[in-house]
Amino acid sequence: MAVVVPLAGCQAVLLSPSGDLALRQRDLIIISTLLMLIIIVPVIVLTLLFAWRYRASNQNAVYDPDWDHSTRLELLIWAAPLLIIIALGALTWVSTHKLDPFRPLDRLAADRPIPTDARPLVIDVVALDWKWLFIYPEQGIATVNEVAAPVDRPIRFHITATSVMNSFFIPAVAGQIYAMPGMETKLQAVVNQPGEFEGFSANFSGDGFNGMHFVFHGMSDDAFTQWVQQAKSGGQALGRSTYLKLAQPSENEPVARYATVAAGLFDDIVTNCVQSNPYCMGRMPSAELGQSVAANFCAAPAPQYRRTSRSANGADHVHPL
Amino acid sequence: MSTPSDLSTLIFGRLTLDQLPLHVPIVLATFAVVAIAGIALLGVITYYRLWGYLWREWFTSIDHKKIGIMYIVLGLVMLLRGFADALMMRAQQAISFGHSLGYLPPEHYNQIFTAHGVIMIFFVAMPLITGLMNFVMPLQIGARDVAFPFLNNFSFWMTVSGAVLVMLSLFVGEFARTGWLAYPPLSDIVASPDAGVDYYIWALQIAGVGTLLSGINLLTTIIKMRAPGMTLMRMPIFTWTALCTNVLIVAAFPVLTAVLALLALDRYVGTNFFTTVLGGNAMMYVNLIWIWGHPEVYILILPCFGIYSEVTSTFCRKRLFGYASMVYATVVITVLSYLVWLHHFFTMGSGASVNSFFGITTMIISIPTGAKIFNWLFTMYRGRIRLEVPMLWTIGFMLTFVIGGMTGVLLAVPPADFSLHNSLFLIAHFHNVIIGGVVFGLFAGINYWFPKAFGFRLDPFWGKCSFWFWLVGFWVAFMPLYQLGMMGVTRRLSHFENSSLQVWFVIAAFGAFLILLGIVSMLIQFWVSFRRREALRDVTGDPWDGRTLEWSTSSPPPQYNFAFTPLVHGQEAWWEMKRHGYRRPVTGFVPLHMPKNTGAGVILAGLSLVFGFAMIWYMWPLAAISFVALLATAIGHTFNYLRDYHLPAAEVARVEAARTALLDSHV
Repeated sequence: MAVVVPLAGCQAVLLSPSGDLALRQRDLIIISTLLMLIIIVPVIVLTLLFAWRYRASNQNAVYDPDWDHSTRLELLIWAAPLLIIIALGALTWVSTHKLDPFRPLDRLAADRPIPTDARPLVIDVVALDWKWLFIYPEQGIATVNEVAAPVDRPIRFHITATSVMNSFFIPAVAGQIYAMPGMETKLQAVVNQPGEFEGFSANFSGDGFNGMHFVFHGMSDDAFTQWVQQAKSGGQALGRSTYLKLAQPSENEPVARYATVAAGLFDDIVTNCVQSNPYCMGRMPSAELGQSVAANFCAAPAPQYRRTSRSANGADHVHPL
Repeated sequence: MSTPSDLSTLIFGRLTLDQLPLHVPIVLATFAVVAIAGIALLGVITYYRLWGYLWREWFTSIDHKKIGIMYIVLGLVMLLRGFADALMMRAQQAISFGHSLGYLPPEHYNQIFTAHGVIMIFFVAMPLITGLMNFVMPLQIGARDVAFPFLNNFSFWMTVSGAVLVMLSLFVGEFARTGWLAYPPLSDIVASPDAGVDYYIWALQIAGVGTLLSGINLLTTIIKMRAPGMTLMRMPIFTWTALCTNVLIVAAFPVLTAVLALLALDRYVGTNFFTTVLGGNAMMYVNLIWIWGHPEVYILILPCFGIYSEVTSTFCRKRLFGYASMVYATVVITVLSYLVWLHHFFTMGSGASVNSFFGITTMIISIPTGAKIFNWLFTMYRGRIRLEVPMLWTIGFMLTFVIGGMTGVLLAVPPADFSLHNSLFLIAHFHNVIIGGVVFGLFAGINYWFPKAFGFRLDPFWGKCSFWFWLVGFWVAFMPLYQLGMMGVTRRLSHFENSSLQVWFVIAAFGAFLILLGIVSMLIQFWVSFRRREALRDVTGDPWDGRTLEWSTSSPPPQYNFAFTPLVHGQEAWWEMKRHGYRRPVTGFVPLHMPKNTGAGVILAGLSLVFGFAMIWYMWPLAAISFVALLATAIGHTFNYLRDYHLPAAEVARVEAARTALLDSHV
């Protein structure tokens, strides 16, 4: 059994998150709900009021059997929801762009901009059957079902999967994004408080789905360095053959750490090239097949699904507001 | 088991005795109960010599009213199965914490939630909706039957075949373990090699033929067969919503058929439409299935909006407020329902502009929906509200549905959805709109039109019990799920480590138990009403002082519905006929051209069932034989020219005279 500590932020974690992105998503949930209650509450009150007041036994109430139209009321009942939706729509447009998981963060927290020298911590995430593999390219280590990051440092997750679709979700830190085989999604996030936070797959992926959770550690810089050192000194090497063994289906995997990682492993996982095989998307034997696949993944409309050469800050998917 | 010989593989494909659940006690016990109940039922039918009656009067009937009733019976029977699945899930989630793994292993639990979703949508909600449209709509437009009466019977039996396949999977092999939409790669042959997904594909394909044909049939009926004078803007709102729903069916179901066909090709012949590393793309499946799936939601809810409109106006004894705005709202929803599908997967990684587009279109749907709610509200305003059972369901709907609508709009805000997607909050949301909107509407409709179908009203006491258990049960069962979603709990888990969540699941399980009492109350209501049918008898044909044409004929209506096609002069045809002192014609009857019963629908659907079963188990010779037989029967049926007859004027006169006598005796 994987151990998941009953975590401090467990009570309604979405309402008291520990990362700025999740916090802004929380604010949006609250603002939208309040906006809609402007309509919902009067409707509920009026329904109950009318049902009581105009009950058949109340012969004192006005009865107007042929009254079926009022232009002013009609205008009101179309306009009032319209106004709310205009407000909510504007909020949606702006917030969807600002909180796009692919977009580099614009702040660490409400009053703290990103330091100019900040480099995001890159973590490559692979959803396997049924465990999570995390690769730290900068640190050269890898872990299974455990991930850590320093507090207040932007994190850039590159996410993929090997066989079926999963969804990578750490509720306390940021919203989720699908992990899909042959594709790469991204999540840019930050954790603002130290602590242990629950992470899991939020998309059903088969019989081992229950056990597909991990712990996310928010750490001080020193603790993180120490954590990396621990992995380096204690762990084994994650070579291609070790990876292939790891990728075999298994349930409720314990935490594991790897001191080194084979070069280019994550890219090879995304492109199905860990083992030499005819379907490796990087090195297609048939030019024709290669083209059709490339068209799927490199075509302009969906650039985010395939790692191309990137600028240093990863700003390959930014929409102007 | 020994390795099957070549011959048995040829005949039985991959079906072996291992596929029978002899080693799974829960399924075996279920099978025993179903088998005993089934044999008992067959025994009773045989004992009372009802086979001939059922075959002649019901199974082969092309009367839209009987087909409508059969659809509703199918929906209610499948509701019991789908709800049993729900209870099993609630029980599992209420006890499976920490060291306790509950009583269902994941591979069983995963089948249950898949079956629950598939059954509730395809074999409960759809048959109930189609049944009500079938029964009510032709009566509302003053027609004698639907446009294609045989097709109607065939559509029904195809739906039954699909349902039978799903039920078979409980005892022969297993059902899909993929979730109700069977996303690849999980549903592809590598991740799901066994027969479960094939059961899913063939059950839905066979039932889908029925749904599509029934959509074409009802659409044609509404367009071509309205009584003289019934212009589009004079159609009852239920008929309007039925029109829009059938437009949606005709436009959306082929997409489902296509996407399931592609999945079947991937599984059967090794194509790679959805295999990403081989040039396909699983995201295409997700898009296509939701291009069907979102309109499907409106296919279910629109007719229920129609039911609420009819019920509100009737039980408030008042014209519906804002008829035109109701119609436009319905049409706007119909169109918009095609522009929102992507909101089911904001988290798949489309860009922010795409996500906001679909988020905002989704929110826009809430404007016409809001307008509808206000229209019902202002119909109640200055009305004389009789709080009969259908009206209770309507008020319960208005109070419940607005909350579901609100959480729906919340989920349409993409950044909020990144946190709430796939969580129990989502589960609570769609049960909030489907139970609070569709199920409440169906029960309102069943209570409202039951006297029209059977000639006696449903017992109000047990109806009210059912309503209150459902209403309270719904809130108790699903409010904890909203809370759990906020606590970051995702869907489709059969085991939890964090025991602090348990209390919420226990409350939810209690809510499900209350809903069980609601269902039991409804069954008791049917039984008690049947026993008290003389006291509850409706002799007038118009028990609620109705406003639309179905109330102008007798309860139950004669097979020809109307001896003379009514003439329509306004929006509320029957109400205005009553106001203007309408006199029922009692002479001058003419022979009526009527369609003839046929067993072809049963046979074709039966062959489809055999074909589907053979395909699921790779029994290629049987599949080939049944497919050829299917085609031959279908072609053979086209040579059947004895499809209609004329009901003699004397017979019409006899039926109408009997009604006259009945009406006179109760003045």
